[in-house]
Amino acid sequence: MFYSIDLTVAWALLLAFAVFVYVVLDGFDLGIGILYPFFRKKEDRDLMMNSVAPVWDGNETWLVLGGGGLFAAFPMAYAILMPAVYPPIIAMLLALIFRGVAFEYRWRAGSWLSKKSWDAAFIAGSVVAALSQGIILGAFLQGIEVEGRAYAGGWWDWLTPFSVICGLAVVAGYGFLGACWLNMKLEGDIQHRVRLMARGFFVATLVGIVAVSVATWLLQVGLAARWFVWPLVLLTGLVPVLLALIALALSRSLFADGRDRMPFLLGLALFALCFLGLGLSVWPNAIPHEVTLWEAAAPAKSQLFMFVGAIVLVPIILAYTAYAYWVFRGKLDPNKGYH
Amino acid sequence: MDTFLGFDAVMLARMQFGFTVAFHFIFPAISIGLASFLAVLNALYLWTRDEAYLRLFKYWLKIFAISFAMGVVSGIVMSYQFGTNWSVFSDLAGPVIGPLMAYEVLTAFFLEAGFLGIMIFGRDKVGPGLHMFACLMVAVGTAISATWILSVNSWMQTPQGFSIAENGQFVPEDWWAIIFNPSFPYRLAHTLTAAYLTTAFIVGGVGAWHLLRGRRENPGVRTMFSMAMWMAALVAPLQIFLGDMHGINTLEHQPAKVMAMEGHFDSHPDGAPLILFGLPDQEAGEVRYSIEIPKLSSLILKHDLNAPLAGLDTIPDDEEPPVAVVFWSFRVMVGLGFAMLGVGLWSLWARFRGRLFDAPWLHRAALVMGPSGLVAVIAGWITTEVGRQPYVVYGALRTAESHSPLGASAVGVSLIAFVVIYFVIFGAGIAYILKLMRHAPERGERGVRVEPGPIRTTGITPQQQMREDGHDMAKEGA
Repeated sequence: MFYSIDLTVAWALLLAFAVFVYVVLDGFDLGIGILYPFFRKKEDRDLMMNSVAPVWDGNETWLVLGGGGLFAAFPMAYAILMPAVYPPIIAMLLALIFRGVAFEYRWRAGSWLSKKSWDAAFIAGSVVAALSQGIILGAFLQGIEVEGRAYAGGWWDWLTPFSVICGLAVVAGYGFLGACWLNMKLEGDIQHRVRLMARGFFVATLVGIVAVSVATWLLQVGLAARWFVWPLVLLTGLVPVLLALIALALSRSLFADGRDRMPFLLGLALFALCFLGLGLSVWPNAIPHEVTLWEAAAPAKSQLFMFVGAIVLVPIILAYTAYAYWVFRGKLDPNKGYH
Repeated sequence: MDTFLGFDAVMLARMQFGFTVAFHFIFPAISIGLASFLAVLNALYLWTRDEAYLRLFKYWLKIFAISFAMGVVSGIVMSYQFGTNWSVFSDLAGPVIGPLMAYEVLTAFFLEAGFLGIMIFGRDKVGPGLHMFACLMVAVGTAISATWILSVNSWMQTPQGFSIAENGQFVPEDWWAIIFNPSFPYRLAHTLTAAYLTTAFIVGGVGAWHLLRGRRENPGVRTMFSMAMWMAALVAPLQIFLGDMHGINTLEHQPAKVMAMEGHFDSHPDGAPLILFGLPDQEAGEVRYSIEIPKLSSLILKHDLNAPLAGLDTIPDDEEPPVAVVFWSFRVMVGLGFAMLGVGLWSLWARFRGRLFDAPWLHRAALVMGPSGLVAVIAGWITTEVGRQPYVVYGALRTAESHSPLGASAVGVSLIAFVVIYFVIFGAGIAYILKLMRHAPERGERGVRVEPGPIRTTGITPQQQMREDGHDMAKEGA
């Protein structure tokens, strides 16, 4: 069946797109929680939170689409992956609860202590969510034991030095995106401070990218081999070159003054390239080494039914999401918040 | 056998799913009704330019924002619960229910989340027309979301339109038949109405509280109590009618569930009694100390006093749902439904006599019934879900064959984490909501996010705000 093969690829690309949108959008708003400890003044924290308050739950909806889409288009992969990374998934969900409600509760809390507690919940929730996502990525890349149609490994298989490195890299990357976002949304003294943050987290992110790449190679995760196969190397060879170029441009725009939007846009490009690199490593598998996309795919009738809706609805969603961002565009006025 | 605190992995997974979904259900039940209420208030404000409606809008918007945030975060958990604890079910049923849930995300979640920011923060940025549109989109989004997820749930109750592949997967054959499965229209109508009724009683309870505190002259308080009581009087009877239709539909497609609801262990060839109360004993196959009304059950379910009704004696033991849970949760739901009808009728009588705002016993009753909708919704949910056992996809896939290859301790530990964290987080959320409800809607009602100091609402100067606050505090102290 020709069209079912096409649909499987289409769904893989669509899901990859959804996960990428999630990573960059929730990346910067999780990043704000990661940066919170470095800003102790209440007014600073209010501003930082106000910069994402109108958009954060839209951002997290992409995570639901990622999970729901995987469930629908590749149910077998979903069924294998979720039990395999059970503890970090549960940790991520609980962490997202803490930080999600902190957006509302922070403004409702009466006493000093409860205000501080929700700030702490926001920080811990953001850091743990980012760390868990990185660990899940690492566990996915390093390989999952499969028997028949189910996960066959142990309880702690996900926890390895490699997955922890991935986790830390994601925390650094999200912090970096968050700082770039704030650099765009804020002005004055606090913008100066977030710019300094952005520099630090940028270096940490680069270290993270290099560490994950080297670890992939050193730890024999087994995904590196395909990078050096002719003629694929023509494509894969481009990724590190482009990465280096973007890193260079980023350091220039971060260290030159008066660049508000450029670092954020280049940050998105940096994430896109890393994402592309990971995609090339995993392709064409749904579970690395074990299950191909086609083996994990839902029947063609399921994929087709959803695809018809998705090609109509995703552009509409992107349009009104963009509109919501447009409404709240520009620098935040510290004297007004969003009211 | 691998157990944790005496429970096996399947039971723990059921407890975890039941706990997380029941907790989650509370918030959509509030959001569905409240989103529509807010859209109506905003429309009334734009139509009449009566500032009282704007005040009420801002007042309930703050409560809505907290409730919605709790719904979002507890909902993200749900989209992963299927895979973490029910991976076999996900793998097998994913091709059918996965696409429906993907449609829910695409048509509803993004719509709600995309326009929520504008609804809450955007009135001054986009103008009244677009702001009204955003309110409508959020309200419509909540209803679309309920439609898809209830279609999924209904398909699991009354599955059709599928075949079973060689690898055991459910393969969709007819999407129309899957979405519009036999129990879907009834369940959708019954559940949406339940959400509206739940909200009506919450709003009415808050209004009643302020009336009892002597705020009879506050136009916001009067309006909210009056609107809520209209809803109760009109929708409660409708809901009882819809519930009856839903029950008859269930009798046709899931007779064992109705037998458990009714406590009918024995078949009744010439008219089954309605058991009001009693203690079901599944082992012995009887209801002890039962109080019965002869033939009434046949009248309700078959609209004929002498119609025969089969009992659980016709069902193999390993196909029976747990009777006691279903029996009791059903009685809680129905009892509350009739109590709501009672309050609705009472309010009509008080309104007719012109004493709606001057009837302390009615207000006390409405206050006590404030959270009744939430309890009824959860009780109804337990009735329908436990009544489906021992199947997860009715007649096609057993619950015991659907769970993830996880040890009992893994599921048990995460269950405890969910329970502890949910009680802390949502307990705090409910406390904040109650704190907001404690104040009556005042002149110059503040917006969602107002902090003392630099951040303030548009439209009121800080001096005015201080005066309002002082006024409010003096009142609280009095």
